[in-house]
Amino acid sequence: VSRRVVVAGGSLGGLRAVERLRAAGWREHITVVGAEPHMPYNRPPLSKAVLRELVPNGDEEAAAREVAAAAAFPVRVDSSGIDWRLGRTVTGTDLDARRLSLDDGETISYDGLVVATGLRPRRLRTEATTPGRHVLRTADDAVRLRGALVAGAHVVIVGAGFIGCEVAATARQLGCDVTVVEPLPEPMVGPLGGELAGAVRLHHERRGIRFRLARSLVEVRCGRNGGLEGVALDDGSIVRCDVLVEAIGSHPNVEWLEGNGLDLSNGVLCDDYMRVEGRADIVAVGDVARRPCAFLDGQPLRTEHWCVPTDTARRAAPTLVAQLDGLAPASTGQPPLSTFWTDQFDLRIQGLGVPGIADEYSVLEGRVHELESGVAVGAWRRGTLTGVLTVGLAPAAMRPYRERLLATQAGMTVTA
Amino acid sequence: MKVIVDLERCEYHGQCAIAAPEVFDLKDESTLVWEAQPDASLRDDVEAAVDVCPTQAISIQD
Repeated sequence: VSRRVVVAGGSLGGLRAVERLRAAGWREHITVVGAEPHMPYNRPPLSKAVLRELVPNGDEEAAAREVAAAAAFPVRVDSSGIDWRLGRTVTGTDLDARRLSLDDGETISYDGLVVATGLRPRRLRTEATTPGRHVLRTADDAVRLRGALVAGAHVVIVGAGFIGCEVAATARQLGCDVTVVEPLPEPMVGPLGGELAGAVRLHHERRGIRFRLARSLVEVRCGRNGGLEGVALDDGSIVRCDVLVEAIGSHPNVEWLEGNGLDLSNGVLCDDYMRVEGRADIVAVGDVARRPCAFLDGQPLRTEHWCVPTDTARRAAPTLVAQLDGLAPASTGQPPLSTFWTDQFDLRIQGLGVPGIADEYSVLEGRVHELESGVAVGAWRRGTLTGVLTVGLAPAAMRPYRERLLATQAGMTVTA
Repeated sequence: MKVIVDLERCEYHGQCAIAAPEVFDLKDESTLVWEAQPDASLRDDVEAAVDVCPTQAISIQD
């Protein structure tokens, strides 16, 4: 009887898991369960090129299929023995019985399980069910949002993280009137630090984005017909809007794992091999995984960068294949350094390492208020460099920073 | 193994040059040079470069 690995999650993490399972020598069945109806596709363009270039034509479902198809990842493994169950959600699992259930009532037994269910956007806590409320995670979300971002529309974006700021820049480029509401004192201040974040804010303000910083949304206001009218902020002011984009972070999709005694407090807790709480038959891949971070003395950290599914699948798949064959997993070696980027207007901000845990930032190169000329900012935690951010620097200029961070990480790595 | 880069898609992130420095080199922010027929021993690195390209602009033809 042939064995089966179930990959729960059909986005980039699910795809990379499948590819790396095959690369690690798994020749038996693989079943992938993906909540979206599309094959795995690349999400970063959704907040930028897709919103800018898509022409709304009324048929949103067809448009979403086209967007997902145009951004689809090439599947570079032989499809035989791989069963893609798309448009289905895993609703529950019994880890002792090695069985999971889907939303259509089907149950699937497995020998090995890859948890790659990713995230969903957090939503505002409000009763308002107006059609003017949006999030941006999927191709379908992007198509729906694009339909609302008509020139002259009044758009409020709640949350000035990377996605909120990218959508703000794109909406401005589409001719919308854009206000960003953020409880923290600067946009993207967590990863960028106050000084760089302030310079990016000025850059955006010159292009017409209004920021309402250190302000929280207290109410979504609807008119008598149920349509969106605006939002009330905690200083008593009202910002009128036709479109409200909720970019307030994400929730890991872990509810289906409840009832099995796992620590699901912020994603799935893994070790350095990506094993879920040391279990032999379950690994996790992607931004649902909370895993040891060398820059945090091995304390677990969950990161949501695009590189994470690919990096974690390269560790998780060989671990699972070895353990299903009764072998100890091979040493994982030093974890790769995280990289990330965001494009907003003409700015490309690139990041290396883990700047979000820093307690201090300092300029390493250039001048923060001359972003276009090239700037590098170091992020320090207790005197140790944990991350570097650059704006307008050629990738080659990042090489010395990368080498320095890798050397630091190697010195701090806690072996599993 | 032949390495193909779709320069219409490439946005010069430079991730390929990190994954496979012997194959890809970003001379400046808009000039990518690459070895079109690298040695088979570099296959793993080239596959890693294909994986990490943010715009998925790289492919391998056998």
